[in-house]
Amino acid sequence: MNPLAAIGRAFLALLEAMGRLVLFAGVAVSHIVRPPFYPRVLLRQMVDIGYYSLPVVALTTLFSGMVLALQSHTGFARFSAEGAVAGVVSLAITRELAPVLAGLMVAGRVGASMAAELGTMRVTEQIDALSTLSTDPMKYLVAPRILAGFAMLPLLVLVGDIIGIFGGYIVGIYKLDFAPAAYIDQTWQFVEVRDVATGLVKAAVFGFLVSLMGCYHGYRSEGGAQGVGRAATDAVVSSAILILVFNYIITELFFAK
Amino acid sequence: MSGPGEPKIRIRGLHKAFGAKNVLRGVDLDVGAGESVVVIGGSGTGKSVTVKCALGLVEPDSGSILIDGVESVGLKGAAREAVNARMGMLFQGGALFDSLSVWENVAFGLVAAGQKTRGEAKPVALDSLAQVGLGPEVGELMPAELSGGMQKRVALARAIAARPDIIFFDEPTTGLDPIMADVINDLIVECVRELGATALSITHDMASARKIADRIAMLHEGRIVWSGPVSEIDGSGDPHVDQFIHGRATGPIRMAVRR
Ligand SMILES: Nc1ncnc2c1ncn2[C@@H]1O[C@H](COP(=O)(O)OP(=O)(O)OP(=O)(O)O)[C@@H](O)[C@H]1O
Ligand SMILES: [Mg+2]
Repeated sequence: MNPLAAIGRAFLALLEAMGRLVLFAGVAVSHIVRPPFYPRVLLRQMVDIGYYSLPVVALTTLFSGMVLALQSHTGFARFSAEGAVAGVVSLAITRELAPVLAGLMVAGRVGASMAAELGTMRVTEQIDALSTLSTDPMKYLVAPRILAGFAMLPLLVLVGDIIGIFGGYIVGIYKLDFAPAAYIDQTWQFVEVRDVATGLVKAAVFGFLVSLMGCYHGYRSEGGAQGVGRAATDAVVSSAILILVFNYIITELFFAK
Repeated sequence: MSGPGEPKIRIRGLHKAFGAKNVLRGVDLDVGAGESVVVIGGSGTGKSVTVKCALGLVEPDSGSILIDGVESVGLKGAAREAVNARMGMLFQGGALFDSLSVWENVAFGLVAAGQKTRGEAKPVALDSLAQVGLGPEVGELMPAELSGGMQKRVALARAIAARPDIIFFDEPTTGLDPIMADVINDLIVECVRELGATALSITHDMASARKIADRIAMLHEGRIVWSGPVSEIDGSGDPHVDQFIHGRATGPIRMAVRR
């Protein structure tokens, strides 16, 4: 077989998949802004994504903040620059760690369950049933999930920011013997609105991506239970990759000089 | 609108293949207004696919489906929704929404079409449930808490709750005990006779077919091989039909089993 042909075929397949995804996203977003709206469904999704993800996001950011304080302290101590610990922790948490970790955690928790739920609805003909009952499944199922992901992840990340910085503070006070007032002072000196804001922009993008990939793979799943399982895996893997790619792109846009 | 004598549903030359598998190979079928037609045929011959084409859930490769004289193949968006709003469908597997309670399932179409608010729709839904022999306490359960036959009846209640013009029943009585099956048969007959709905049903259950059908059509190898009034089914002279209604393993219909 001609290897060039194989590469070409793979490339075309990739383009096709991307086209399908972009079309899907376009249709979904267009349904977010056009009535009828389904506030009940939206609220349920917001609670599911926002409220029930709080424990995972809180735990991951708490321990990340703690380990950051510990690690940066060992590094900075060599240059007698221990005073920078609070700043490093807060910058790293707000700009990078809280959005990326929250995004990845929500991808595993929510993205997979969306794909499984929509996939099951597809194979049990519930999605077909929706369209026989005067309801557009893209509008009823997909649009509220994408909107909820987009809206709730920034809130989660804001909580994660606070808890992550708090984790650094705990380690700083009780393990590294900083004075509480000085640590808080340094944190305030370093954190800028811009750092937090870019983190929240990232979070909104990641929330959109996680919901989009969960819905996309679930909506298109076929082939029974096996297909549903594959949809869940694909949703998690693809949203994790997209989160890391878009994390770089957004960072580049905001911080590259 | 359909003129006098024009069928409510007119299917012509319907073709559909899934990959290499040629399922429908030119289905022609007419269902008159207020008529109840039953499609019979072996498992996997494409009965469900035919109905899904009429609802726009499966895109046929070619052919035409006129609903009230208007072409429905290829309709999208609002035009498709308008056509579907007048149709009800009982899915073979029930297809109940498992995140909603039973009464919410039954009321779904009424609320979605804007006919009723949630509050107004609930008594209507409970009424529909009573028609299929389910009490109001069932309305509060989730679909997963029901037996298979109860799910079927809820799905039936959902399909007829909005009083559609055209109703598709995909195996309405499979999985029910004979008594309940007869109740459902009566209900279908009632829908057609009293509400003036047009019904296209699929069944393997010949007792049910004889009871609910005005006309029977037999689907075999992707085509309608026989169709006629239910009274003529025993003297059809068609070997496919004879084999099917007597349930014989030998005859022109070959099941893909190895012996
Ligand atoms: N979405 C699909 N993708 C691929 N093949 C399909 C699909 N839907 C149906 N088929 C195939 O089409 C054929 C007809 O299916 P259909 O569900 O219409 O059968 P049926 O006549 O309703 O049978 P049964 O009486 O068992 O319900 C089957 O062989 C099935 O494998
Ligand atoms: Mg079928």
